[in-house]
Amino acid sequence: MAYTEHSAAAHDHHDHKPHGFWNRWLTTTNHKDIGTLYLVFSGIMFFIGGSFAMLIRLELFRPGLQFLDPALFNTMTTMHALVMIFGAVMPGFVGLANWMIPMQIGAPDMALPRMNNFSFWILPFAFTLLLSTLLVPGGGPAGGWTMYPPLVLQTGSAVPLMIFAIHLMGASSILGAINVIVTIMNMRAPGMTLLRMPLFVWTWLITAYLLIAAMPVLAGAVTMLLTDHFFGTSFFNAAGGGDPVMFQHIFWFFGHPEVYIMILPAFGIISEIIPTFSGKPLFGYDAMVYATASIAFLSFIVWAHHMFTVGMPLSSELFFMLSTMLISIPTGVKVFNWATTMWRGSVSFEPPMLWALAFLFLFSIGGFSGLMLAIAPADFQYQDTYFVVAHFHYVLVTGAIFAIMGAVYYWLPKWTGHMYNMTLARWHFWLSAIFVNVLFFPQHFLGLAGMPRRVPDYATQFTDWNMVSSIGGFGFGLSQFLFPYLIWKCAHGGVKATSKVWDTPIGLEWQLPSPAPYHSWVEAPSMDTLDHGVPAHGAGLDHHH
Amino acid sequence: MSNPDNRPGRHRNLVFKLSIFVAGSFAFGFALVPLYDVLCSITGLGNQKSLSRAYARGNDAIDQHRVVTIDFIANLPSVGNWEFRPITKSLEVHPGQLYEADFFAHNLTGHDTTAQAVPDIVPSKIAAWFHKTECFCFTPQSFKRDEQRVLPVRFFVDPQLPGYIEHLTLAYTFYDVPNRGDNPG
Repeated sequence: MAYTEHSAAAHDHHDHKPHGFWNRWLTTTNHKDIGTLYLVFSGIMFFIGGSFAMLIRLELFRPGLQFLDPALFNTMTTMHALVMIFGAVMPGFVGLANWMIPMQIGAPDMALPRMNNFSFWILPFAFTLLLSTLLVPGGGPAGGWTMYPPLVLQTGSAVPLMIFAIHLMGASSILGAINVIVTIMNMRAPGMTLLRMPLFVWTWLITAYLLIAAMPVLAGAVTMLLTDHFFGTSFFNAAGGGDPVMFQHIFWFFGHPEVYIMILPAFGIISEIIPTFSGKPLFGYDAMVYATASIAFLSFIVWAHHMFTVGMPLSSELFFMLSTMLISIPTGVKVFNWATTMWRGSVSFEPPMLWALAFLFLFSIGGFSGLMLAIAPADFQYQDTYFVVAHFHYVLVTGAIFAIMGAVYYWLPKWTGHMYNMTLARWHFWLSAIFVNVLFFPQHFLGLAGMPRRVPDYATQFTDWNMVSSIGGFGFGLSQFLFPYLIWKCAHGGVKATSKVWDTPIGLEWQLPSPAPYHSWVEAPSMDTLDHGVPAHGAGLDHHH
Repeated sequence: MSNPDNRPGRHRNLVFKLSIFVAGSFAFGFALVPLYDVLCSITGLGNQKSLSRAYARGNDAIDQHRVVTIDFIANLPSVGNWEFRPITKSLEVHPGQLYEADFFAHNLTGHDTTAQAVPDIVPSKIAAWFHKTECFCFTPQSFKRDEQRVLPVRFFVDPQLPGYIEHLTLAYTFYDVPNRGDNPG
């Protein structure tokens, strides 16, 4: 492989970047470049998906139909979800994995660099296809991101475009996941045993297995939609002996692991940030690993809690209700371990820690509303209301997105070699943290009062909280423009960052200079070079394993 | 000096195993289709297949002391242009005794076509105790342009029907399937 040939040269002058835009970005096989590409792509999709959300909140500011006709409104809810899930959150985590996993395990690059390039460059094509549906006859998909038949098959020309876009996104995620697994299993530096790996690496390893188990099932489900629509099969067509409810079972067999695909890497990030800013190693490292694995396992046996109202027998309702509630145990282990890590630590409140703390509180709110939704008889009331919308935005925005923001603020100085503007970063955090609650907290009330989701108009008694929610939405949306500005400024100058960046960071990436050289760990790090007295991620290099 | 474990052969081996895993997951999605049917036939849940099959009547005793109410409902999907409604709105039946209920269908599509009725029963788990000896839903029904006719279903309720069930609903959805089944006319 290439790095063995020029390792000596690379050692002398690290920044051996290819010249020219084409060589640097289109054909790159460097994990840092590809990580950057993923993160920039994720950011662009975050703003596109966010603009759809702004249109939704604009329409819902007042009752009645003002700006969007109902079909376009439903297209906006559907596209917002697809773009945010597959375009913003998932590529965001893959970008972080690309940047950080090789640096954290002492590997020179990802195991399969060309496939890495391929899995990224599939994405722009996938989203061009998906977004182009806004322009085709019949408009974009409007039946919800869950694509339930028969409704979704009544979409116009967008059906095949949407399905192929999802095939491409799935292919990209699967290739990315295979790359992550091979990198972690085969490329760890000597001495980096599995139970010494940073938790971000651990959570990504488990996420990658979830991806290769779940994404192909989604590919199968949308393929069945495609053949039902164009080739006369009857998987979900009642007229031909199929059953539309079966789609829900197959979809959610993918869909529930997908939920954890979007949160496990966030757990990993929080497990990196909190110890750094508490001046203590992570409490209960092993328990964190086992809790992550338990959550991953449970995620495959709880899917039907998304479909309590389809007419399941009582025994199934009970099984899915209780297995769902079981997830709160390993999740609780995690939350308490984070809290215990801070206990009697010297906690400091730099921007990454602010995001991590907000995550801790707000993700827990999302977890609690999730427990409420898990109660099958109560779910009959909450199903398809704004309560569900509030719930999954607390876990996805203040959970997944806040963790990605925290990760960027945590590692950005390592990437760019500069510190960012701390004051502006604090403004970004506080505006986001306040407005996101103004945006989503009232949606709990709306849902409990009976406002259905995916409607462009509503009964007048819901007006006040919808206005509050929309104001929060506009505030949250506008605050996000600080983020790319901050990153841009940081990439182009600022106070030089030290290699450690923070006071007591733990992990191999902090032994590399800032900015991290283009080729890092060309020579495998020796695990004894880790700072003594600071055990690697709580595993304790000196006294453990 | 690179890591000793970076040999490409090792990568290839793991990639191969993971690719099989991916292929298995893809196949599993499709395997859920027959598994779902198996589960439904074991549990009798909403079992459309047993509702769409003729039942040979044995010597079931008629339970004159028990009365079960059956409502009949006709649904049309959002595509297709038909008039479809139950003529018999509701019946009070004795388990074991044979009854007939009639539905009415009128082809408003403006051309010759074929329709398929798909049955559903609520509560869904009693499908195993609801027996049809004859039904218009067993086969696709050909209709000429503007044709209207009465569609009968003959059925009886199994005397073994759990005692707490007093009320059932039998629903049909009438799908226009011009490309399926018999050619019209």
